[in-house]
Amino acid sequence: MAGKIPIAKTYKLFIDGAFPRSESGRTFSVNNSEGELIANVSQASRKDFREAVRAARSAQSPWASRTAYNRGQILYRVAEMLESRKPEFLELLKSIGVNNRVATREIEDSIQRLVWYAGWSDKYSQLLGSVNPVSGPYFNFTVPEPTGVVGIIAPTEPAMLGLISRIAPAIVSGNTVVVVSEAQSSLTSVTIAEVLVTSDVPAGVVNILTGDQTDLLPWMVGHLDVNAVDISGISPKTDLTHLEEVASNVKRVVSRSVDEESLELISDFLEMKTVWHPIGR
Amino acid sequence: MANSNSKDGSDLEDFGIEYASAIESTSLVTIKDKYGLFIDGEFVSSSSGKSFETLDPSTENSLSVVTEASSEDVDRAVRAARASYEKYWKKMPGTDRARYLFRIARHLQERAREFAVLETLDGGKPIKESRDVDLPLAAAHFFYHAGWADKLEYAFPQRKLEPHGVVGQIIPWNFPLLMAAWKLAPALACGNTVVLKPAETTPLTALLLAEVIRDVDLPPGVINIVTGAGATGSAIVEHPEVNKLAFTGSTEVGKLIQRSAVKRNLPLTLELGGKAPHVIFEDAALDQAIEGVINGIFFNQGHVCCAGSRLLVQESIADNFIDRLQKRIELLRVGNPLDKNTDIGAINSKAQLERIDQLVKAGIEEGAEVFKPSCSLPENGYWYPPTVLTGVQQSHRVAREEIFGPVLVVQTFRTPEEALEKANNTPYGLSAGIWTEKGSLIHWMAERLRAGVIWANTFNKFDPASPFGGYKESGFGREGGMQGLGAYLKNSGGRS
Repeated sequence: MAGKIPIAKTYKLFIDGAFPRSESGRTFSVNNSEGELIANVSQASRKDFREAVRAARSAQSPWASRTAYNRGQILYRVAEMLESRKPEFLELLKSIGVNNRVATREIEDSIQRLVWYAGWSDKYSQLLGSVNPVSGPYFNFTVPEPTGVVGIIAPTEPAMLGLISRIAPAIVSGNTVVVVSEAQSSLTSVTIAEVLVTSDVPAGVVNILTGDQTDLLPWMVGHLDVNAVDISGISPKTDLTHLEEVASNVKRVVSRSVDEESLELISDFLEMKTVWHPIGR
Repeated sequence: MANSNSKDGSDLEDFGIEYASAIESTSLVTIKDKYGLFIDGEFVSSSSGKSFETLDPSTENSLSVVTEASSEDVDRAVRAARASYEKYWKKMPGTDRARYLFRIARHLQERAREFAVLETLDGGKPIKESRDVDLPLAAAHFFYHAGWADKLEYAFPQRKLEPHGVVGQIIPWNFPLLMAAWKLAPALACGNTVVLKPAETTPLTALLLAEVIRDVDLPPGVINIVTGAGATGSAIVEHPEVNKLAFTGSTEVGKLIQRSAVKRNLPLTLELGGKAPHVIFEDAALDQAIEGVINGIFFNQGHVCCAGSRLLVQESIADNFIDRLQKRIELLRVGNPLDKNTDIGAINSKAQLERIDQLVKAGIEEGAEVFKPSCSLPENGYWYPPTVLTGVQQSHRVAREEIFGPVLVVQTFRTPEEALEKANNTPYGLSAGIWTEKGSLIHWMAERLRAGVIWANTFNKFDPASPFGGYKESGFGREGGMQGLGAYLKNSGGRS
């Protein structure tokens, strides 16, 4: 009888709203906790990284130009889509060795995190911006603006909550991101990409590269069109001298605990712009 | 255009506007023969015994001999700052820290003329600027931040705020005392102690500030001032006991500092170079815009990181605008910085003069047309006339590199979109200017310009309540305002 053999998913990269294989043709294998192969996952190359940055750059200005209300609704929409795919994420997390109770909690927390940041979209600028009482006849105000394109090293653990916790505070204000996700966490990361693509998140706003963070880190910190890097998920074994090239274009460097939820994280990916205008007749 | 200008220039001379010189007296200022390092509340000599001269750039006369801090001296300063942090500053209530800052503000106001004259002598800037801008703003920065010292929890509610501890601060030579104030006031208000290095060509007002620090009885070691050049700066940057770094200066040096800091995950704020676009639309109030452009590029000899150094003028008014601009430049008075009538003083150093000269020559070689007024320059000292380069292409070095001198580069545009494209076509993003009478266009431009400070129908305005700092390669972190406090606190959410 036909149809008894399950159809396994091919795990590919997520660039500009599409799911290409790595141009390098390379893959890496992800095994379950029993050591059995779950999938061969695309391993991103330098060229894939550059493609992802190009997509993120094109998407950035239009994404930042959306209204804050609209960005909030889209983040909320991601939460809705995640909610409907809970069983799938539970199976995925269990397959990489997370126990049922922890996995269930992680999924709930991930959904809640998106809802929390969705609500911030039209509020942070009132808390972080200001009208400034300068000594003179000037109207002077400060508004936060997104930094631009953010490179993110996603934490391997917690695979799902870690990724959501890095992406949401960056994109809520209008940044676009290129995420590097490695090893076992790449399965949830690619599945989250499938959620994003069905959530009205415009193509290029989030790009996810599965691969080796040690391989891709130098291209991320050295890329002149990346404005900030979030290294919260960097492996503790990484030699920090690899970060020196952030100075090539004075990137902002963010490093916080992997599953932090805070207004500070939103502000990590913002620039403050101050505008002066004379008051007169 | 050059011909018609020189003709109009003579017309203006026909008005017979002559200014009698009005030289500010230097009798208020006592400059010592030699200055030590200010460590732990005392002036001390260097372990190495090395020193260097500081000059008056308008005469090239030596003003004094200043001690060069060795890395051992820097270590002594850092240890003094640490001890003072543990012993006094960390435990002191914000209300008391505030009182010290208020005192410093008052002393600066009381001794403002003395500081202004010394600033002009050591740095070459016109006395009217040091008197009317540098000093009032420096005092205002201490006064403003004094008020924050016991109100930080209102700025950052629901956070576990903490000072970093010992802060290393390195400042430039263009606004020596004012940059010291920008750095010291928020650091102290937030409860940090400091090791500060002024620039090697302009150390004297920081050393005079050390006297004020003693006079106000600030606990010893809260502020330590070490003089020296790059090697002294490196010693601060590399010192393992420094908990946070703040630097204002060139993008080149800023990048070196970031390389060093990022490896150690050390909190860092950078205020670096700029190549600010100054955009003039055809409906701008032209007389005001001309004054704005003049102020934007010639203020402080153009030694201003946020100087409006790239004029972008709409094609329909370009000829007329440049013509009027050149006539106005003919009227600028270049000369003795102590003369109260002087508009443009001396270039800060020989090295800077050479850099300006070299870049302008490169601009001419690449095809720019140069305009310089007919003014004569003093024989001694470092001088460069106010200069305008027209016919400049985006690819020319003078359109891309920071000149940091009285040199304006002119380009034209047709549409707001083109203006924006050209304005943002730079790795820098510190400031930008817009002149138009159309409010919606101001906001359209202001929203899209990638720069930290936007001046619309004005330029080069500063205030302690107004955050200042860059986008992109102009650095990160803000100075001034509530947003500037974050740099000196852990857990504030501000970029620190």
